Amino acid sequence: MVRYILKRMMYMALTLFLIASVTFFLMKMLPGSPLKDTDDLTKAQEEMLLERYGLNDPISVQYAKYIGALVQGDLGTSFHFSNTPVTKIIKDRIGPSMQLGAQALVLGTILGIGLGLIAAVFHNGVWDYTSTTLAVLGISIPSFVFAGLLQWIFAVNLGWFPVALWGGFEYSILPTIALMIFPLATAARFTRTEMIEVLGSDFILTARAKGISEYAIVLKHGLRNALIPLITVIGPMAASLMTGTLVIEQIFAIPGLGEQFVMSVMVNDYPTIMGTTLLLAFLFIVIILVIDLLYGLIDPRIRVDGGKSS
Amino acid sequence: MDKNNLPQELFEPLEVEENTSEKISAPSRTFGQDARRTLFKNKTAMASLFVLIFIILLSLIGPKMNEYGYDDQDLSRAKMPPHVKALEGISWLGFDGTLSEKFEGKSVEDATRKAVMRFDNQEDFIDIQVLNEGVEGVGQAKVKATYRVYEAKDMQDTYFWLGTDNLGRDQWTRLWEGTQISLLIAVVAALIDLVIGVAYGGISAYYGGRLDNVMQRIIEILVGIPNLVIILLMVVILKPGILSIIIALTITGWIGMARLVRGEVLKLKGQEFVLAARTLGTANWKIILRHLMPNISGIIIINTMFTIPSAIFFEAFLSFIGLGLAPPAASLGTLINSGFDALRSYPYLLLYPAIIISVIMIAFNLLADGLRDAFDPKMHK
Repeated sequence: MVRYILKRMMYMALTLFLIASVTFFLMKMLPGSPLKDTDDLTKAQEEMLLERYGLNDPISVQYAKYIGALVQGDLGTSFHFSNTPVTKIIKDRIGPSMQLGAQALVLGTILGIGLGLIAAVFHNGVWDYTSTTLAVLGISIPSFVFAGLLQWIFAVNLGWFPVALWGGFEYSILPTIALMIFPLATAARFTRTEMIEVLGSDFILTARAKGISEYAIVLKHGLRNALIPLITVIGPMAASLMTGTLVIEQIFAIPGLGEQFVMSVMVNDYPTIMGTTLLLAFLFIVIILVIDLLYGLIDPRIRVDGGKSS
Repeated sequence: MDKNNLPQELFEPLEVEENTSEKISAPSRTFGQDARRTLFKNKTAMASLFVLIFIILLSLIGPKMNEYGYDDQDLSRAKMPPHVKALEGISWLGFDGTLSEKFEGKSVEDATRKAVMRFDNQEDFIDIQVLNEGVEGVGQAKVKATYRVYEAKDMQDTYFWLGTDNLGRDQWTRLWEGTQISLLIAVVAALIDLVIGVAYGGISAYYGGRLDNVMQRIIEILVGIPNLVIILLMVVILKPGILSIIIALTITGWIGMARLVRGEVLKLKGQEFVLAARTLGTANWKIILRHLMPNISGIIIINTMFTIPSAIFFEAFLSFIGLGLAPPAASLGTLINSGFDALRSYPYLLLYPAIIISVIMIAFNLLADGLRDAFDPKMHK
């Protein structure tokens, strides 16, 4: 187990290093200058600025400096947002994104499991069709379309919620709903399939034969076993939440990381782009690792360190 | 005739023949025929298929159905609401060529004044409907103003079916033009994924050994990189355009297919029919193409069908955050993006592209579900 974790950590470090290097060189290839309005600057001023940010060094030196700083947790200084260190920008911005992501993930998964459960228990009934339809809609309809719909109906027309911006809890309701629709649909679909399979297995029959109440059969014997594989879809869910925050924060004008990223791309702010990219990649990789380890812990039938299957 | 008392002479002894006793009486169906039958019986999948065919056809002929080009700018006709000849009598459908909005003010006059100001000061063509008289001195009067745009501009005989955007371009033409581009990007990206993924996975699994080891290590590193990050970075460095979006989508998109194909080929290559082919001296490429590929075609088709909607989503997503196609080119994503800018006053600009993209995504997902049921041997009962 320890060996497996160490091996995985090594891969993680390698992947991160690769992403860091690739982002670095890609950024160097970007068209456009990071200096705003180069025409307004004299040659000397331009030189001075380039010198100050180390942009005059040969690429190899810049690269070595960058990686060196990165190892120490220094993501550099933003060119654009009044010389703030990137770590500080991230720290200031990560709050709303994390809150939205967490709310959407938790709420979406719980509601999704409920929906899937109902569908499986009333298999082929009206509830089943309703929840399957909802799941297909949730997986298919792009989050930004859904967000637009919510904003138009509940904020613009009915005025129940604020249209945009970030304040108290009520500002987070519409974005959370828009963001959670994918986790909800995925969880519902998955729970339904697993539940139907579990409910048809022999140990459920045994439980029925023993005369255990339907309630206990479904919740205790069925759901517990059906939920184990659900952990595997948390990875794709997390990825979708990251994609989602980029657009949802844009639509609802929320000062989060996603909005920051899009803004940085527009103004060629290399350090911020690289920092945010690395953070996203890091989060993603850690989530995948945790999921793999959890999976092995929860379901003893799966051995993570033993024979590799695929 | 009494069924229980049949005369003896009606019976004829059946001769037992060695060569016919094992005969299968029903016609045998190949895997493909079987899959087709299951698919054709699946009503949702077939309905989705027809919807998709309909949308694809419309996206091809739609732009030519009226005389406006997708880039015909004319500011004098900017932001005209939808206007359809046959449907203009039915006001709630929203094709009567009017814009309506609610206004609040201190008094009815005040609200009306706001409405008139909002609608180009064309007082003669604005119908005011008082919703709330308000209280004297307190305010909160509410009126609903309906502005007959086409009459005001003296263009009663002009019909923009889905209205025009902020530069006066015909939305109908742009919508179908955009659908065409979105579909094109998605299909091309999915096909490239398919070719690279199948080749990579197939070679890796079939040759095995050290080559497989190296190829798998590469994949293991690549798979750790979230595709969102790569796609965004690629689009940032490449010039915005159809090609760069396709490259960005395919650069990591093939990995899923490669892993899937590798797993299947590993499972198949140890089986007897491959051994038989090899014993007969069949060339490696021929074994891959003729013996292995047909057996994994099912999962390849399913996976590709799921790739297309996700490619459509990513294209729209990129265009939406402003990293997609450059104007004047239209895609569903750019249309939705510009629709958002005018959501409050001109919701129809967002409505139709949003409907089309949702319908396309739903149809593709349902069709892919149907194909999975048809092609997955485990699902056959």
